[in-house]
Amino acid sequence: MDLSYPEKYKAFRQEVIDFLKQNANLAPTADFRLHRPDQKWLDWQALLIEKGYTARTVPKQYGGYGAEPDILAESILTEEFSRAGVSQGLDNQGTSMLVPTLLEVGTEAQRQQWVPGTIRGEIIWAQGYSEPSAGSDLASLKTHARVEDGHFIINGQKIWTSSAQFADMIFILVRTEPDAPKHKGISYLLMPMDLPGIDIRPLVTMTGDATFNEVFLTDVKLPVDQIVGKRGDGWQVANVTLKYERGKLGNPREAQQRFERLVDLMQQETINGTPLMENAVLRDRLLRLQGRILAMTYNGQRVLSSDLKGENPGLAGMLIKLNGTWLNHELAGLAIDVLGELGILYDNSPYENEGDWQRKYMFDLGLMIGGGSTQIQKNIIAERALGMPKEPKYAPGDFPIGGGN
Amino acid sequence: MDFGLSDEQKQLIESLRRFISQQAPLDTVREVAKTNQGYDPDIHQGLVDLGIYSILVPEEYGGAGLTFLDAAVVQETLAGGVIPSTYLGTSIIAPTLFQVAGNDAQKAEWLPKISAGECRIGVGISELCGARAGAKLTLNAGKLQGKVLSVIDAMAADTYLVAVGRDTLALVDAKSPGLKVTQMTGIDRTRSLGELTFNDVACELMGEPAAASAALEQALIAGRIALAADTLGAAQEMLRRTLEYAQQREQFNRPIASFQSLKHLCADMAANLEPCRSLVWYAAHTFDQRPEEAALMACHAKAHLAEVGTMVARTSTEVFGGMGFTDLMGLHYWFKRIGFNRQVLGGPEHVRDEAAILQGWVPENHAKGVAAYASY
Repeated sequence: MDLSYPEKYKAFRQEVIDFLKQNANLAPTADFRLHRPDQKWLDWQALLIEKGYTARTVPKQYGGYGAEPDILAESILTEEFSRAGVSQGLDNQGTSMLVPTLLEVGTEAQRQQWVPGTIRGEIIWAQGYSEPSAGSDLASLKTHARVEDGHFIINGQKIWTSSAQFADMIFILVRTEPDAPKHKGISYLLMPMDLPGIDIRPLVTMTGDATFNEVFLTDVKLPVDQIVGKRGDGWQVANVTLKYERGKLGNPREAQQRFERLVDLMQQETINGTPLMENAVLRDRLLRLQGRILAMTYNGQRVLSSDLKGENPGLAGMLIKLNGTWLNHELAGLAIDVLGELGILYDNSPYENEGDWQRKYMFDLGLMIGGGSTQIQKNIIAERALGMPKEPKYAPGDFPIGGGN
Repeated sequence: MDFGLSDEQKQLIESLRRFISQQAPLDTVREVAKTNQGYDPDIHQGLVDLGIYSILVPEEYGGAGLTFLDAAVVQETLAGGVIPSTYLGTSIIAPTLFQVAGNDAQKAEWLPKISAGECRIGVGISELCGARAGAKLTLNAGKLQGKVLSVIDAMAADTYLVAVGRDTLALVDAKSPGLKVTQMTGIDRTRSLGELTFNDVACELMGEPAAASAALEQALIAGRIALAADTLGAAQEMLRRTLEYAQQREQFNRPIASFQSLKHLCADMAANLEPCRSLVWYAAHTFDQRPEEAALMACHAKAHLAEVGTMVARTSTEVFGGMGFTDLMGLHYWFKRIGFNRQVLGGPEHVRDEAAILQGWVPENHAKGVAAYASY
């Protein structure tokens, strides 16, 4: 067990702390999930790229900072920005998923065309994966394309499409090889959102926000060269992207921050003039959550050490999304219980707490379901980490008891 | 930066596991458990030969002078084999008490004996977490009067270290006139608890009040981290056995491990238990490397492992089905070990309450009330 950081990282941490002290006032707070980034966002993004605090490993020729991958430096950046409560740059579908994918499997022309504008926040991307009948079983997706005169003619429907209402582009999975097995018939296409035949309908969620959309595609014409990888390679290309998504959800730093706000709330919020922190039952719930956060925090350090050594963290990595999203949901749940009747207030009601806990509580359910649902996570852990066999696939008539009709 | 166990620690675990599978498998443990002593001379000698009793004894007293994490890893591994031994009292709590409160002569006499496995020390500090059933010990003119309960490793001990209130620590020979040792038969027969009643019993005091008080605080921290490590080892072994059984047991022409309902139970256990490894390792690391964090980390490790351990104990038994409920599989030995660890030196609600006090989150009168448990 060696928890010390080498000297050069101590200096780097100090540099980041100093930067945050001087510049935190420039950081934007508007939600980039609901609107296009405004000028304040674009300026902040440009400053962070210049310092190497975001798009850090994106090569210089594509507009990034061009640093070598450095896990400790990345970890220090995330820690310090998170501690300061300041955004570490745009973390949207384009920067977090498309850019790494193009850098790994895109062509030189695609990288030059798309990466610089995407990391600057000027090109906004949507992700076109899920469909009404292809969720956990994504590879069964039905949106399809035929080829005519050098174009894909695309028809179908996507759902859960974040940012589609203001996105410029979409990276989209489309079945282009109808006769191939389901994993081998998909292509990964790059498509402008303003093409004729694209109909975007906001999908209002239980939070009342339209963070998602349904996207209907009717005879949409896209040149056949707007593809990443070869025709039929879309599943592999998508898995490059999903790999980048999986590591992000459930990060214990989010839980730590939320926990600190919850402690403040319990110390400040009173009932009959007494702080809620003095209620032993609520306090015990708080302490239970703290124990779980600590376990996930040190688990995170263990995963970081595995990454540093180039080892696969295995189970310790696989459980992060499952545990982390549930933990966040429960933190919001306790905050609501602490607030009691005032905890059910919403949409800027008088007396509503500024923590926006109900929205978090509900939005967390979406995070537990999206990006590989809780049940899919458990299957992955059982099969890949614990070596338990897959459920056999039954044909009609196989059921030993009662079934078969 | 390397968060995790060193190669030496991994080798230590391997050699202990080899010893357990060859010299102290479950069938042997079953026989020892019948004696209700929580101790077996052959197993003890084997552990002495492996050198684990010397881990927390400084080199100048003939020990190995290793870290607390090494000792915690040993405790975790011993629990994996539900090994009856006096490791917790004699090799984790006692060296801590001697080092903080012992004078030079006491250290010179006892630390080498601990290191060589030549003494077995029962530890009576349960009342630091609140006195039950009228337990109370007083010191009058150098003699001990009263009783203490739930003394760790009581039945196998030849010496006792007992807390008298929060700032006095007494060393007592098990054969002292006026001392009566009564078995407190518990669910976990691999370790023993006992009641000590004192009727004008001579003792040797350790340390001035300030040193004794500091030693008792350290002992509580050490004991809690060790018990958390013990639950970690026991729960991991229960999960391992459960996965093995679920792969072998077939119903409806397929291993029960292929049923999604059981896969999700096992995934829940694994997802909750795996981060506990990091939590326990870190808590053990703080004990001697980041002492300012140790009291809080010990509370959290103890409480969190109590919760996760209980969940794993219950769920494993459920996955085993009827066989988990029987004595045949022996799964209950780990179940009971986890049940023991949950209560000893503070149940989860109690230690979380202490954690809240440490962070200044409780009103002053409540904090005083909890502290007053100890000044019974």
